[in-house]
Amino acid sequence: MKTVHLNLPLDEAAVRSLRAGDTVTLTGSIITGRDAAHKRLVELIDRDEPLPVPLAGETIYYVGPAPASPGHAVGSAGPTTSYRMDSYTPKLLAQGLRAMIGKGLRSREVIEAMKTYGAVYFGAVGGAAALIARSIVSSEVIAYPDLGPEAIHRFQVKVFPAIVLIDSFGSNLYETGPKLYRKSDL
Amino acid sequence: MRTIHASRITQAVSELYTESSYVIGDDVRAAIDAARETEPSPAGRSTLDQISENYRIAAAERVAICQDTGMAVLFAEVGQDVHIEGPAFEEAVQQGVRDAYLNGYLRKSIVADPLFGRVNTKDNTPAVIHARIVPGDRIRLTAVAKGFGSENMSALRMLTPAEGVQGVKRFLLETVEKAGPNPCPPVIIGMGIGGSFESAAMMAKRATALPLDHSNPNPQYKALEDGLLRAVNDLGIGPGGTGGVTTALKVHIIQAPTHIAGLPVAINICCHAARHATVTI
Repeated sequence: MKTVHLNLPLDEAAVRSLRAGDTVTLTGSIITGRDAAHKRLVELIDRDEPLPVPLAGETIYYVGPAPASPGHAVGSAGPTTSYRMDSYTPKLLAQGLRAMIGKGLRSREVIEAMKTYGAVYFGAVGGAAALIARSIVSSEVIAYPDLGPEAIHRFQVKVFPAIVLIDSFGSNLYETGPKLYRKSDL
Repeated sequence: MRTIHASRITQAVSELYTESSYVIGDDVRAAIDAARETEPSPAGRSTLDQISENYRIAAAERVAICQDTGMAVLFAEVGQDVHIEGPAFEEAVQQGVRDAYLNGYLRKSIVADPLFGRVNTKDNTPAVIHARIVPGDRIRLTAVAKGFGSENMSALRMLTPAEGVQGVKRFLLETVEKAGPNPCPPVIIGMGIGGSFESAAMMAKRATALPLDHSNPNPQYKALEDGLLRAVNDLGIGPGGTGGVTTALKVHIIQAPTHIAGLPVAINICCHAARHATVTI
C-alpha cells in the first residue's frame, strides 16, 4: 500500500484529493476533544460565543490520553469511538473543522456535512495507544483543564499513522472493505 | 480458619491492574500473531501488525496498552475459612484500584454520577465487585479492566425458549454486525446463556476473561462456540473494521440453568486489548 505523507493544517484542496482507503501519515499540529469538550464547544456555538480554540482548518483527534509517565511527552493515546461525537460534529464542521481522527462508524448527518464543507475522517488503530503515542512529540492543555483526560490538548505529531476511513465525497471504507470479505447474510 | 490481612488484598489488586494494563496475555498475543498469518486483507494485516507492535511497546516501556484503562471489575471468590483482618474487604479492593490508577499512570475514567454532572472521581474508583463465598481458605481474585468502546457494543436480550440456538445465533450476529468497527476488532466475545437477567450478564463478563485456549467442557456448547466464531468471522468486518476475516478471536459461552419461560442471552464484547489477570492469595 502506498502511503501519503500529509502536513497539517490541511486545506480543502488537500482534503478533496484524499480517497477512502488511502494510507497516510500526519505531521503538524492537531487538537484533541471528546464527549465533554464537544458538549461545551457546541454550547458556545449555539450561544454565538467565541470558542477557546478557533476550529477553521483544524484537525481534531478524538482521544482522552492516559497520564504521561516520566520520559514520555504523553501517555498512551489511541482513538476513542467517534459516533459519540456525531450529534455535535456537523456544527464543528460548519465552523471550518477540516479533519477528524477517530475510529468507528459515523452518522449520515456527519457524512453529509463532510461532503458539504470538505472534511475528511481519518482512522487510527483503536487500542494501538502506546504505538500511536510515539508519534506525539508534545502535548499541552489549551482549554477545559477541569475535564482532566477530556480537556482539549494541542498535540504536535510527527508521522502519525492513519488511514482515510471516509473521504470528502462520502466514500466509506467501513462499507467497501467488509463487503469484500463477507460470506454470510443475517 | 486462615487470617489474611486486608493490606494483602489491596496489594494484590493494585498489582493485577497495573500489570494487566501494561502486559497483554500470552494467549491474546499468540492469537493476534496467528491471525496475521492468515488474514488476507492488506489493511487488516497492517492493523494486526500495529496491534502486535503496540503490545510489545507497552510491555517494554511499562505504559498502558490502551489509553482507555477501563472500569475496574473484580471477581472475587472468597474461601469461607478465611478471616480478613483490618479494613473491610470492599474498601481493601477499592484502595488497590486507587493505588494502581494513581501510581501506574493509568487513565481515570469513572464519573461519580451517570446522568447529572458526570464529575470524574479522579482515582478510577469505585470498582465493580462481584464476590462469591466458596469452600476453602483462599481468596481468588480476577481483575478485569474493561474499556467502554467494546462495553458500549454489548447487549442483553431475553429470548423465548422457542427461539433456541437459531435465536442465539441471530442475536449474536446482529449485535456484532451493528457494532462493526466500534469495539476495536478483533474482539473476544463472552456470552452468558441462561440464568436470570443479571446472572447472564455476569456470566458473559466472566467469559471474556477466560483463556483463549479454554473451550466449553460441554461438547454441544463447544460446537456452538466454534460455529458462532465462524459465523462472526464470515461477516467480513475484519481487524479495525476495514474488512477481513479476523473479526473475533474467540467466542466463550458460560451457560446456567434457567426458568421454564426464559432464555436470557447476554453478549459482552471485549476488544483486542483484553486486559485481565488472576491471582490466588
